[in-house]
Amino acid sequence: MCSLEKRGNLFILTLTGKNVEHRLNPEVLSSIISALSRAKAKSTRGSALVTVSHGKFFCNGFDLDWVNATGSKQEAQQRFDYSLDCLTQLVQAFISLPMPTVAAVNGHAAAAGVVIPLCHDYVVMRRDRGVLYVNDLEMGLKIPELYMAFFRAKTSGWALRDLVLRGLKIKGEELLKMGIVDAVYDGEEGVTNAGMKMADDLARRKWDGEVYAEIRKGLYSEFCGMLGIASKAIGTPKL
Amino acid sequence: MCTLEKRGNLFILTLTGEDRHLFNPDLISSLLKLLSQVKAQATCGSALITQAQGKFFSYGFDLDWAQAAGSEQGAVKRLQQMADLFKPVIATLLSLPMPTIAAITGHAVAAGFTLALSHDYLIMRKDRGILWMPEVDIALTLPDYINALFKEMIGDASVRRHLLLRGLKMKGDEAEKRGVVKAAYDGEAEVREASVCLAENLGKRKWHGEVYAEIRKGLYPQLSAILGLSHKVYAIARL
Repeated sequence: MCSLEKRGNLFILTLTGKNVEHRLNPEVLSSIISALSRAKAKSTRGSALVTVSHGKFFCNGFDLDWVNATGSKQEAQQRFDYSLDCLTQLVQAFISLPMPTVAAVNGHAAAAGVVIPLCHDYVVMRRDRGVLYVNDLEMGLKIPELYMAFFRAKTSGWALRDLVLRGLKIKGEELLKMGIVDAVYDGEEGVTNAGMKMADDLARRKWDGEVYAEIRKGLYSEFCGMLGIASKAIGTPKL
Repeated sequence: MCTLEKRGNLFILTLTGEDRHLFNPDLISSLLKLLSQVKAQATCGSALITQAQGKFFSYGFDLDWAQAAGSEQGAVKRLQQMADLFKPVIATLLSLPMPTIAAITGHAVAAGFTLALSHDYLIMRKDRGILWMPEVDIALTLPDYINALFKEMIGDASVRRHLLLRGLKMKGDEAEKRGVVKAAYDGEAEVREASVCLAENLGKRKWHGEVYAEIRKGLYPQLSAILGLSHKVYAIARL
């Protein structure tokens, strides 16, 4: 599913998901949400989270084997919708996490799997391997309006069009140009170490976690608005 | 504090003195009064330049005044007061019936940056001065209208993230490269000269002020809505 490790100020979330493609089903999503709760409970000023994964895939989307392992099309649709609801809950958990977050993307992220790295404040990715692939168009699926709002919070203009309307498998270098990824590195070790270093640097700013989360939510205002998660005004300022 | 000068078709609003031009209730009121005067005296071909003397454009809200309330609760209340008083200043700028230019010759920080960003064109020094939103560092969340302003004025999500969530201090050349400002020049005189030149060129287009303001509001629908600015349909067609 996933594992959470604490190394000094750093929380390291490792995605294992279901099988080598680290696929997502309600059980996997639940366990990631739990891990984030545990990180939240132990967070202090100067905490940060980095999400890593190993192998050819970062996350290849929903566990369609599980979705389709039912008697009817109707039930399969129900399982899909349920997976989507769980994903939305996970996105909310990431967005409200009271610390900076970094995703170190070692491999392919596709479909629902694209959402996971994008939930993080910063994304570092392998230059030599791995693509981001929003394949809803190719699959004949409409991207839910909520997720359009999510993508609109991450990018705009031609980059947004290329991300969702073009069925492109986009590599790290291109994603860097699109502003979707912050830096690229060679090799799995390279990107993982870079992700940890970035998280460390952010942690050293010792930001108030609650305020950080509220400012972050402001960057996703359309998405949060649709979910009815209002932003809180906080004033315990260091004047 | 602040003065208004008319030079031909140009309105020049100056934050005077060598201090940090902190926005306390008095300065905010003065700004609002002068901007209202500009609005009242607007004609076809008018333009506004907002500028400042000294090392600072503005360092934002007067946190010393807030702290002088004596208690944390009192300080927060005073901060809220300044944020509420400042909102109409932004609203007036957003609906000003003429092109607006911010000539940034010094540091534009927090509400100071916000004021600059509320102009149609930003011109900045390359060799001196930064744009900075330190709220994340001092544990202050952002009022909804400031969130909306940043969202709609700065299209690049990655830039927004670095400014708001990372508290990046952005210099003129980077601001120009990232599209946060229109142009950056070496030296104070060059910035002022370029601003006047731009203002004159825009004024020469003799745009219908009310229509200009309506088109501007249309670019920023979310911000306009939060500021309570309604839309009017105009047809003064010069066909």
